[in-house]
Amino acid sequence: MDGVELLIATGVLALGTFAFRFAGPVLRSRVKLTPKAERLMALAAVVLLAALVAVSALTEGHGFAGIARPAGVLVAGVLAWRKAPFALVVVAAAATAALLRLAGVP
Amino acid sequence: MRSIWRTLDRDLARDIGLVCLADCLVGVSYGAIAVSSGFPLWLPMLMSLLVFAGASQFMFIGIVAAGGNPFAAVLAGLLANARHLPFGFAIGDVLGKRWTARLAGSHLMIDESVAFALAQREAHRRRAAYWACGIGLFACWNIGVVGGAYAGTAISDTDVFGLDAAFPAVLLALVLPSLRDKAARLPVLIGVLVALAATPFLPAGLPVLLALAGVLAGVAAKEPELEEAR
Repeated sequence: MDGVELLIATGVLALGTFAFRFAGPVLRSRVKLTPKAERLMALAAVVLLAALVAVSALTEGHGFAGIARPAGVLVAGVLAWRKAPFALVVVAAAATAALLRLAGVP
Repeated sequence: MRSIWRTLDRDLARDIGLVCLADCLVGVSYGAIAVSSGFPLWLPMLMSLLVFAGASQFMFIGIVAAGGNPFAAVLAGLLANARHLPFGFAIGDVLGKRWTARLAGSHLMIDESVAFALAQREAHRRRAAYWACGIGLFACWNIGVVGGAYAGTAISDTDVFGLDAAFPAVLLALVLPSLRDKAARLPVLIGVLVALAATPFLPAGLPVLLALAGVLAGVAAKEPELEEAR
């Protein structure tokens, strides 16, 4: 690909992404939301984030991500459930995955 | 009371700082991978400034570097970012009413800033968390990408440090408190199962969107509770 094509592709991706981001806040302010609709919006975000956790923890491309990454996220999940400090949760996830890989576990 | 808030805010700032550091390193790997895949130096930097959505950026350079069609790469990136539309509906109130704040705030909308905002109870803390995380990540991500692009392949594989596990761990830790609300559990469970079941068959980004099917369970389940509340 030449520079101009890359520039156009970047521009289209940037504009499209911004449109997705901007549409929510603008549409939201145009329509008067009922308390129930508000709660469903918050629920939708939680569902999306949870699905993102599952997909990014367990899969890579169209297949299974291997053992190390899900193991790290599992350790993080247990620590977070026990209300461990956030920093410990995140560092434990990365350390678990890194150490497993160091030991040869994919 | 005042000191409690101050302490809480310091904790929040530290948590956000940690996420910024991790994302900075992922940014280094993005810059390094892009340049070592043969892209010009400016591409990863410009893309990080204008698109500012890690997964779609990795997807774009991955598809084009593999010889894929640039239109397919843009489409794949847009599909991955479509989840920002429902995100905006959920957290749109933290951006306020001013147009400048809405424009800037929309650009800072990413998984982490949305998750940090949702994890706060009071409105002022939601706003503080969203803006601090958004601005911090924007700065750290772009600094990381510039560093990676110039440093070449110094760190091209952040998986060695387990950083690929850090991203889902961050989101999980932020989302878990919401799951203490019983009404959220069934919708989340359905959403997660739908997304995982769809992942082997559909292009990236779409499975996560399909998880919204779980919200339908929330619509059905919440009706009686709402009537009681009235």
